[in-house]
Amino acid sequence: MRRWRLWVVLVALVAGVAWWQALPRPLPASTLDGITGDASRGALVFAAAGCAACHMAPGADLTDAPVLSGGRAFPTAFGTFIAPNISTDPVAGIGDWSDMQILNAVMRGIGRDGQHLYPAFPYATYGHAALQDMADLISYLRTLPADSTPSKASKLAFPFSFRPALGLWKRLFIAPGWVVSGDLTPEQARGRYLVEALGHCAECHTPRNILGGPERDHWLAGAKNPAGRGRIPNITPARLDWSKADIAEYLKSGFTPSYDTVGGAMAEVVANTAHLTDADRAAIAAYLKIVPPVAR
Amino acid sequence: MKTSSKLFATAFLAAALSGAALAQSAVDPAIKAAIDARHSNMHLFAFNLGLLGGMAQGKIDYDAEAATKAAANLVALSHLDTSRYWPEGSDTAIEGSHALPAIWTDKADFDAKWAALGTATEAMAAAAGTGVDGLKAALGGVGGACADCHKTYRARLN
Repeated sequence: MRRWRLWVVLVALVAGVAWWQALPRPLPASTLDGITGDASRGALVFAAAGCAACHMAPGADLTDAPVLSGGRAFPTAFGTFIAPNISTDPVAGIGDWSDMQILNAVMRGIGRDGQHLYPAFPYATYGHAALQDMADLISYLRTLPADSTPSKASKLAFPFSFRPALGLWKRLFIAPGWVVSGDLTPEQARGRYLVEALGHCAECHTPRNILGGPERDHWLAGAKNPAGRGRIPNITPARLDWSKADIAEYLKSGFTPSYDTVGGAMAEVVANTAHLTDADRAAIAAYLKIVPPVAR
Repeated sequence: MKTSSKLFATAFLAAALSGAALAQSAVDPAIKAAIDARHSNMHLFAFNLGLLGGMAQGKIDYDAEAATKAAANLVALSHLDTSRYWPEGSDTAIEGSHALPAIWTDKADFDAKWAALGTATEAMAAAAGTGVDGLKAALGGVGGACADCHKTYRARLN
């Protein structure tokens, strides 16, 4: 009888700790105090973070004022994620959200009602971004057109559909520091910021474990293509032997050193990186040269 | 007896499987030839683009005459009759083919993208001899037309 009670207490304790660990942890309400966003600078952050590639309607082309009406589907092992409407529409989009609500979604993966968002949205990456860049991005998003297309729900099977558990995912897989550390030149550090905080290259190029967490010791070493056949290439120096200039040119024009061209989902990435400055593309290339080589 | 019948079953299965594998690897020569032909066309694009791209990047000294010749080649390559390049069944199911099945389900769009490449190479032919700035601008158009089709219809990511 006594023993039975002990078990109830233990199970309750474990459940309580798990529940507490899984609670959303938003940024302090004062996070953006004293920071003013600049929409024109935000356009560059928007391109570097590649927002449009996922949030435009499927098949839409990138324009100067993209319509972020959502709807694009991402089939994965866990189910199909559907990118939501993040246009300025007050009902279907995020026009009605406060700056802090948008910031918590982007950097902490927390929705307007406090629920955990699925990590198909790369907030684990964006959590490393600079607050000034985020303020600029939010200002820019507010200049984009409104679209009233309602967001569609992602189609996930249990247990992945149980959002509170995502809090535990965040505790397990969101790492606070940079993957590439040590003494970096300003150019390499800028490249690291563009890749590890904004560009979210690793979301596709780094393999994931069984729970969908990135294997940071195989950083950028290539992964299974979740959307179908083939592999997403290893872009560590163990496999990517292009020169720095070759990498920068590829991110600008889409041409490989042998004058093949970019294809598949990477073509949409290059549509974004083409909008960066030459210096930023060179910085990404400089960073890729110092990523630990992983042969696989 | 028991061992020998197991052995027989194993040998039989192995033979059957390798027979199936052989049957699968025997690709229709006409399909193989079409895949080779279109790959060859792509290699010729790359060869000529290599010169123009090298000039645009400043790796090769700009030469109006050489640029014009390479651009004329691109025009020719993008206006070849390709009606025999894409036989049904030459998609990614065949080893070595990167052609996605969408080519055959969205044939009109696929053809439109090929035609857009033709327009882009004509713009290149008009610009290549006018100076390196014109060449650079036209190269963006050609590269965009390549990627626009590869994005949707080619399996290999690059």
